[in-house]
Amino acid sequence: MLRLPKFELCTPHTVAEAVKLLAECPGAMLVAGGTDLVPNMKHELFTPPRLVSLANVRELRGICTRDDGSLVIGAMTSLADVAASDLVRAHAPALAQACSLIAGPQLRTMGTLGGNVLLDTRCQWYNQTYFWRQALGFCMKKDGEVCHVVKGGKNCVAAASNDSAPTLMTLGAMLDLVGPSGPRSVPIDEFWVADGIYNKQLAKDELLVSIRVPKPPAGHRGAYGKLRDRGSIDFPLLGVAVRLDLDASGAVEHVDIVVTALAAQPKRITKVLELLRGTRPGTPQFDESVAQAAALAHKQCKPLANIPGDADYRREMVPVYVKRTLHAAARGEGPVHHV
Amino acid sequence: MSARDLHGPGAPWGPGEPGAKSNQEFVTVGKPHRKVDGIAKATGAAIYADDITLPGMLHAKTLRSPHPHAKIRRIDTSKARALKGVHAVITGESMPIKYGVIPWTPDENALAVDKVRFIGDPVAAVAAIDEDTANAALKLIEVEYELLHTFLDPRESLVRAEPAIHEGRKEGNISKSVQLEFGQVDEALASADVVVEDDYFFHGSTHAPIEPHCAVATYSPDGVLTLWSATQITHYVHRALSRVLELPAHRIRVIQPCLGGAFGGKSDPFSLEFCVAKLAMLTGRAVKMLWTREEVFYAHRGRHPMQLHYRSGATKDGKLTGVDAKILIDGGSYSSFGLVTTYYSGQLLTGPYHFPTYRFDSTRVFTNKPPCGPKRGHGSVQPRFAFEVQLDQLAEKLALDPIEIRRRNFQGDFTRTVNGQRVTSNGFLQCLDEVERASRWRERRGKLGFGRGLGVAGSMYISGTNYPVYPNEMPQAGIQLKVDRSGLVTVFTGGNDIGQGSNSMCAYIVSEELGIPIERIRVVAADTDLCPVDLGAYSSRVTFMVGNATIDACRKLREQLVAAVAEKWGCAPTRVRLLEGLAIDLEDTSRSMTSVEAFHLAETKFDTLGATGSYNTPKLGGDYRGGTIGASPAYSFTAHVVDASVDVETGRITVHDVWVAHDCGRALNPMIVAGQMEGSAYMGIAEALFEEHDVNRFGLHRGPSLLDYRLPTSLDTPEFRARIVESIDPEGPYGAKEAGEGPLHPSLPALSNAVYDAVGIRLKHLPFTPAKVLAALREKRERESVATAQGAR
Repeated sequence: MLRLPKFELCTPHTVAEAVKLLAECPGAMLVAGGTDLVPNMKHELFTPPRLVSLANVRELRGICTRDDGSLVIGAMTSLADVAASDLVRAHAPALAQACSLIAGPQLRTMGTLGGNVLLDTRCQWYNQTYFWRQALGFCMKKDGEVCHVVKGGKNCVAAASNDSAPTLMTLGAMLDLVGPSGPRSVPIDEFWVADGIYNKQLAKDELLVSIRVPKPPAGHRGAYGKLRDRGSIDFPLLGVAVRLDLDASGAVEHVDIVVTALAAQPKRITKVLELLRGTRPGTPQFDESVAQAAALAHKQCKPLANIPGDADYRREMVPVYVKRTLHAAARGEGPVHHV
Repeated sequence: MSARDLHGPGAPWGPGEPGAKSNQEFVTVGKPHRKVDGIAKATGAAIYADDITLPGMLHAKTLRSPHPHAKIRRIDTSKARALKGVHAVITGESMPIKYGVIPWTPDENALAVDKVRFIGDPVAAVAAIDEDTANAALKLIEVEYELLHTFLDPRESLVRAEPAIHEGRKEGNISKSVQLEFGQVDEALASADVVVEDDYFFHGSTHAPIEPHCAVATYSPDGVLTLWSATQITHYVHRALSRVLELPAHRIRVIQPCLGGAFGGKSDPFSLEFCVAKLAMLTGRAVKMLWTREEVFYAHRGRHPMQLHYRSGATKDGKLTGVDAKILIDGGSYSSFGLVTTYYSGQLLTGPYHFPTYRFDSTRVFTNKPPCGPKRGHGSVQPRFAFEVQLDQLAEKLALDPIEIRRRNFQGDFTRTVNGQRVTSNGFLQCLDEVERASRWRERRGKLGFGRGLGVAGSMYISGTNYPVYPNEMPQAGIQLKVDRSGLVTVFTGGNDIGQGSNSMCAYIVSEELGIPIERIRVVAADTDLCPVDLGAYSSRVTFMVGNATIDACRKLREQLVAAVAEKWGCAPTRVRLLEGLAIDLEDTSRSMTSVEAFHLAETKFDTLGATGSYNTPKLGGDYRGGTIGASPAYSFTAHVVDASVDVETGRITVHDVWVAHDCGRALNPMIVAGQMEGSAYMGIAEALFEEHDVNRFGLHRGPSLLDYRLPTSLDTPEFRARIVESIDPEGPYGAKEAGEGPLHPSLPALSNAVYDAVGIRLKHLPFTPAKVLAALREKRERESVATAQGAR
């Protein structure tokens, strides 16, 4: 078995304590469910001197709605709980669907929504043991200089692989953070940067407290489509989040499509609203517009050979999954998944 | 006689024709008893190699090569030795003698000597007070390498001899080459009404047993080395240790603890076994090494990738006239079982169909990749895939139903194959009938609409062979029985129970023969100090050979028991029957005694009770070089029908059902047999759709983890519907043959054939990824549009 590097474990009971323990030790990291961090530490991708566990911080758990109708999910809420929550399923169906497809059942019980939002980017040349990475001279994301995905590449292109993030983007979610200098909130759309080494604007001493989803309109529909090899366990080879808001007459009023597992950050497909606005699901015009949106997505998405699997095939699946996920959302169904 | 004659007078169920007997006339055999170690495994009480902890035990780790092909210029271990907590560091020069499971091809070292041949090749080992210290020490070992040209393409190894991956061989980078021809193939194909010629590719896959390899060694002050190892070949490990460590074999004891899966991946002697032994000898302490999952992937010995070219001819009524095969085998960096693999790739195809003529030309080459070896269905799953797809291509040309063409070519039972192998019982036609009926083939095949289809394939496999790996005339399997005054019978077997249930099988047979309940039988297995030699769990030999040896020992013991009881009763021994813990008088059933009393009587009369038994194959095989490789005392037969659908937009194949009909001779425990059939078919479908063991452009394994190596989950697994066919083999124990490997073979070609029925594309290159399916569908559409355009013109 691979060994876990040695570290100090702190188990605070409050957010304030956690922030303090994180700030006072350079290189310290937070651990939520540990389902991603622990294997990454065994691979020596992270060797923090201290881990601050959030397991006992009760204020970080739970799902509720506020007076303004927004949904607030504590960062430490398990993925299984998010997926099974009636509130989430009614309020943010795409998010519930995405969480139901993350990893496998055991990992969803341990893994948290906050942990998935903040998931480290993934790459076939990076998520490997120290020995393996050493054999090819490492890469720029960790311990090395070069990129093995893009020859001569200057930027890391490890892929955002968090299924929850694209759905939260379509939902206009806010991330509530706290650090030594106090709390701040940031729209999840503005949270990402195009850098596979560290793709988020989160200071190393900051903590994600909760995820806030504004109240959706009455005609809100959402769905998530996930491509992967197996029916469980695997990270996405492609993830498609769809938001479809229908007006009182049943026509499309708003649409948003965000695709993930392509590059360092999730990608919004542009100009789809023009195609779909005013069409009615179930009509030939809607179907035609969906086909055009799918073709547009294909044009805009060019996955790299960063994660395992055939990059050309992943690209070929973009329009298929965009189309299927749009139709699923329109019917109030989903997720789009092969099993 | 060498092979068991179960029709003999010693059969415990009395006179008659046992071949015709139903399972109702057995007491234990043929019933779904639990495995003897089932409770221990289910409760976690079973002791696996890594559960063994000894006082003062050190932990060992291996330094591995980061280069696929390089000379070792210098190794400096001084810093590692100086680290506090490190007890010993060894390198190739500590154990320079080469070994190999096949005695003709010893090309492995416990640790690399002078050069490394793949990324992951072991270079040095450290024993320290704990794993972290050992790992820290590995990082302090300095190795200077001189890089050599890397061979990743087997076609390059075929034509380029320099730099030689193994120096000093006159064949260059060719590991083994076999050309055999039976009859005049070219003439037969020239006179055929139809000929199909095509190329097929079978990719690499690995065993991925849940238990990683682990070994623990101690060296006693009086010079006895004891090794506990997760192995399926205790006897060969014993021999290899003696050779490499230069210790007489009588000072070595090898024990296989409870094992968590092997599938052929634990049937070579491995680096860690020599390393812990050597380190224990150097330090005088117990030493353990547990491999990481990554290391298990590097150790590999999995399915050989093969490039296969087949040409088959048939008459217009569908009878085969000849088969011509040319196969290039990618062996990876060492020989392992490669000599046998190369023969098997040709020798094992000659049933269940009659080949009037046959030729194969198989060449195994070395490449700088993890070494290939025997994986469930060793050497024969790949050619079987190619040929069974080609058979469907022939059927299509002849407008014959795929099951019908297989029936028409059935070789029959009690016959001889074109390459001189003796075939005894053969239930293949029944297997075909079973899957045809169960899948409702006639109503459904070709009628499920575009996107869904049925496919069939057949196969045969060996129940052990008469090739004992190292030449000798001694028995291939031995058994010893010991009787306690409490009524307990202990069975000592060299057989390796690797989860297939061989210990249970021994207990069932003793129970049947001596008429005592299974709870009064203890099985002690795979301990070279205690147990008579068995060659190990490979080639599906254990039930057949160890089973027969067990019957042999039981009959000798039973004769003593019956004689003592008969003397006491003053009756003829033929009147005494041992049954359900009793000895009873068949002609006066009011007269009986317990088996404990019978044991006491026999011990009084004959002295301490015990018996030995053995099995050796009769003389088998063709009279030519290599003719005994693949010669089995009995062959199993299998047919599958696969029901699959194809999503033409995503290219994804979904398998709904697999009907698996398997002729295992007689099912000694139908529950275990069905489990083997389902497990085999699972493994076949897994290889076809999910698993891929390959290296990237650096020669580095593409994803040596259970995340990246995609073993199907329960969600990805179809329904397997096992149908046991019992042909009652005349030489198997109560008629039994193998069930552990044969039922894997047809899964892959039957799936390919089902996809053809579903959407009209021939998948000839494994694995069947969605991308390949889409490419084939595109090609088909293009072909059809060209044809339509030409038709319009």
